[in-house]
Amino acid sequence: MTDFRVKGRGRVNTDKPIKFTFDDQTFQGFEGDTVASALLANGVHLMGRSFKYHRPRGVVTASSEEPNALIGTTRGKGRFEPNTRATIQEIYPGLKTESQNKWPSLKFDLGAINDRLYMLFSAGFYYKTFMWPRSFWDSVYEPIIRKAAGLGKAPTEVDPDIYASRYMHCDVLVVGSGPSGIAAALTAGRAGSKVVLVDENSEMGGTILSEPSVSIDGQSAWDWLEGAMAELDRMPNVRRMTRTTAMGYYHQNMIGLVQKLTDHMGDVPDGAPRERMWRVRAKEVVLAQGAIERPMVFDGNDTPGVMMAGAAQTFLNRFGVLVGKKPVVLTSHDSAWYSAFDMADAGASVVAIVDTRNELPKALQNAAKARGIKTYLGYTATGTKGRLRVSALRVNPVRNGKVGAGHMLFCDAVLVCGGWTPSLHLFSHTKGSLDWDADAKVYLPGHKTEDVHIAGAGRGLWGIAAALDDGTKAGMDAVKSLGGKAGSATYEVAEDRTGTGITQKELPTDRNPGKAKAFVDFQNDVTAKDIRLAVREGMKSIEHVKRYTTNGMATDQGKLSNMNGLTIASDALGKEAPKVGLTTFRPPYTPTTFGAFAGYHKGTHFEVTRCTPIDSWAEENGAEFEPVALWRRAWYFPKAGEDMHKAVARECKATRESLGIFDASTLGKIEVSGPDATEFMNRMYTNPWTKLGVGRARYGLLLGEDGFIRDDGVIGRMRHDLFHVTTTTGGAARVLNMMEDYIQTEWPDLKVWLTSTTEEWATIALNGPNARKVLEPFVEGADISAEAFPHMSVRECTVAGFPSRLFRISFTGELGFEINVPARHGRALWEKLWEVGKKYDICPYGTETMHVLRAEKGFIIVGQDTDGTVTPLDAGIGWAIGKMKSDFVGKRSLDRPDIVAPNRKQLVGLLTEDPKTVLVEGAQIVDNPNQPKPMKMIGHVTSSYWSESLGRSIAMAVVEGGFDRMDDTLHIPAENGAIVKAKVTGTVFYDPAGDRLKVE
Amino acid sequence: MLLIHCPYCDDTLPELEFSYAGEAHIARPADPSKLSDEEWRDFLFIRTNVKGVHAERWRHINGCGRFFNALRDTVSDRFLTTYKAGEARPDTTTLEAAE
Ligand SMILES: [Zn+2]
Repeated sequence: MTDFRVKGRGRVNTDKPIKFTFDDQTFQGFEGDTVASALLANGVHLMGRSFKYHRPRGVVTASSEEPNALIGTTRGKGRFEPNTRATIQEIYPGLKTESQNKWPSLKFDLGAINDRLYMLFSAGFYYKTFMWPRSFWDSVYEPIIRKAAGLGKAPTEVDPDIYASRYMHCDVLVVGSGPSGIAAALTAGRAGSKVVLVDENSEMGGTILSEPSVSIDGQSAWDWLEGAMAELDRMPNVRRMTRTTAMGYYHQNMIGLVQKLTDHMGDVPDGAPRERMWRVRAKEVVLAQGAIERPMVFDGNDTPGVMMAGAAQTFLNRFGVLVGKKPVVLTSHDSAWYSAFDMADAGASVVAIVDTRNELPKALQNAAKARGIKTYLGYTATGTKGRLRVSALRVNPVRNGKVGAGHMLFCDAVLVCGGWTPSLHLFSHTKGSLDWDADAKVYLPGHKTEDVHIAGAGRGLWGIAAALDDGTKAGMDAVKSLGGKAGSATYEVAEDRTGTGITQKELPTDRNPGKAKAFVDFQNDVTAKDIRLAVREGMKSIEHVKRYTTNGMATDQGKLSNMNGLTIASDALGKEAPKVGLTTFRPPYTPTTFGAFAGYHKGTHFEVTRCTPIDSWAEENGAEFEPVALWRRAWYFPKAGEDMHKAVARECKATRESLGIFDASTLGKIEVSGPDATEFMNRMYTNPWTKLGVGRARYGLLLGEDGFIRDDGVIGRMRHDLFHVTTTTGGAARVLNMMEDYIQTEWPDLKVWLTSTTEEWATIALNGPNARKVLEPFVEGADISAEAFPHMSVRECTVAGFPSRLFRISFTGELGFEINVPARHGRALWEKLWEVGKKYDICPYGTETMHVLRAEKGFIIVGQDTDGTVTPLDAGIGWAIGKMKSDFVGKRSLDRPDIVAPNRKQLVGLLTEDPKTVLVEGAQIVDNPNQPKPMKMIGHVTSSYWSESLGRSIAMAVVEGGFDRMDDTLHIPAENGAIVKAKVTGTVFYDPAGDRLKVE
Repeated sequence: MLLIHCPYCDDTLPELEFSYAGEAHIARPADPSKLSDEEWRDFLFIRTNVKGVHAERWRHINGCGRFFNALRDTVSDRFLTTYKAGEARPDTTTLEAAE
């Protein structure tokens, strides 16, 4: 294998050779290499296949905008990552990489048949090719597209890595550490500002790393850079961060930074995070992101070996790698001439510099001549030779607009430069305006919406001297905005490489342009022809052209392709570029891992898990759990060999026959107190509260102003000015918010205060005919006999010595008590009741049994049997409305025409014809099962269970006009075309007279 | 992430501490029973949905817990000002000039 490494060039550490693999072949590079630079040093240009046509593709850039050299990397089990940019991934010993979009191999790929079928895949092919016949979509087109779609392959294992997350505040955040960024950081740092300087590369310096021949303040550029870094590091108020991408610019100067911490390491320290997301709030931001080199659009411009001239210069000067030994340079900008000179000076035989321009500075031409480089001015490129690697470039003179005869320039690399595009992606995130510079044919930053300064090539400035001066000015402006004053600085720059250039549409050709494979967007395989076709087919705005052709829609967001696409579209439309528009850049700036966004929020940290004081007992006693809102609740308590069905049947039976114990601590609890507490309750809830005596409790129903049920719960009156309000488990926070809203903004005159007490109380429900027998001996300070303590009562007393609010209520239909004790005593009380309850075969039950028992009694669960469109009348609980009340939240809506209209969906019971059939919750209900599809659905099943007590299934459902359909038979289409018949009933299935509450 | 000024805490704090609470200056009618169906419908459902300066309610839910009002430009997503519940809507023309 040929070695393309140049001795004495580059910044890689040649004392530290590193072996890694690419497609299972071992390669050697040096410490400091990227995968791309190390492969190029070994003469490898072919690094991937394109997305649509599977064309062979080589690396085209040396930086994060790389569209082609996307690889899969493996860093151990679960650590496979697709679409890593080979130009960013640093090598380390043992790194495994692979190419993408190829089968069976990178050099021979069957998917490349698409390339021969390119007529099928032209612009808008999704909308045209696969339209008909309709029946082909599911069976033919869709599977093929699925198989072919996507870049790389998705990882299949859970990501085992840790992703960190932090906040940071600073005075000045400088994005980009080229000359302008460094100058800005030095200026603001010297003025004492708290400065953060970030760069996505492993090393700071930007352009300076690629321009060692320039001298600054009498030093070589690299020596100056070292000094500048040392000075920044000496300042305690300055922080430098490499491998750190500013990926999004959000409101009020919040910038998201993703710092890569370990992807470059062979030996990752245990527990080290892979990446860290920084959320930075900066008082001032300096964007010094430079410019991105623009490709040229001509037939065969995607052949491996055709790459950006600036990238070749970087590979040479930063990595010591010649991308070719016989390169041709094709350009319309002066900058590529310097790339040619550096390559020649490093020993390459530069075949020629081909420039589309007719006139060029004499100095450049002389410098080429001095190096023996042939120059072709006023030429175009019309084709390439070579499939897996370029072997020649076809060039033709253009005279008076006519393309002359072409000839071949034989070469091993084509280095192109179609001008430079200021990198203003982050600026665009702020919705800052971009103004068209008609002379330079670029967009430049216009109106600013944030406290931001743009410096250097981002403002269209060129050359290191201009960048240093502009960065200094940006730093001074930033400090001035902070209310300080920064000293100026001047830099003496010698051998600076300034220059100009032009930009253009696709290059003119003497061949049939309809057959040219002149790529605009390498990553999405969009050609110049596609863009012209889109315009011919009526796309007038660049946003339409983009979506029709997919130009700029790949992971690089068109960093290389947008401006070429716009130039070609504007030519096809005969309009100036700004009239055609500019597509919007959105975060992230470069592809960002999901891990970085998720940070610590994964697994058990994804959401908080709220546990009751009795949760540990449930866990020790074998409970299965289910999530309810943020709570983890005991679902059922299986004994050995029991499934849920068996366990729940046993728990139901035990509770109805003797005694069940249930942890109800998750119920929301709100203390409503103050002289106007009663008035407030009257206004909020549908029920009347004035006459509710102290020590009594009532079912409370809460509506929205729209008249629909929002929440419910039992409310006890503790004193004339104090209510103990309970809410649903999931509704607690919403109810408190709603109450606060009314108190603060509608009725600020009411003297009433709210306190959330959900977590202050542990709540234990005892239910069953033996409940009182177990509880009574524990109670002091209250008589809980049937006469003294009737159903729907509440007392303050002690239970087992713990201060308690003791309710006699029932959500099961059995004799029931709910004992509230301070949360810290919850488990102790539970265990005492448990010990004594054993002689009554006390049975712990979970939420599933609670659901069955309440459904047997027809008690609704808000959010299950109601869905935000159910009124109290629909739910059959109109009795909870205080008929004499003149107003309460939602009352007026109960008279709205829609609410009083006939045929609303109403909550009814359903009994299946076959008592063994348990309906599926959510199943749709139809009247006549023989109607043609789609059938008219008249409601759905809201709750459905096996009732052990009744020996059959029961269900509740909302059904249009349900109250008038009693005893009708309805139909529920089930799986496999079966139809279940069910009879409409009331919702109280068990003990309709309520006798079981009256246990003495 | 926006920074929002709570007029009660008199501090400018991250959006995470706040929750949005709909359009401002829509008072609950003193006696809803006196409203026609159309008037009640308008109170319930009809909102200005402006493109531009919008008066809206926020709650400092993870802070002092107070509801307050804000003027926010729905185009730029920028707050012009915030003010206490019950206060009149500030004159936007002077605020925009101050921008
Ligand atoms: Zn506050």
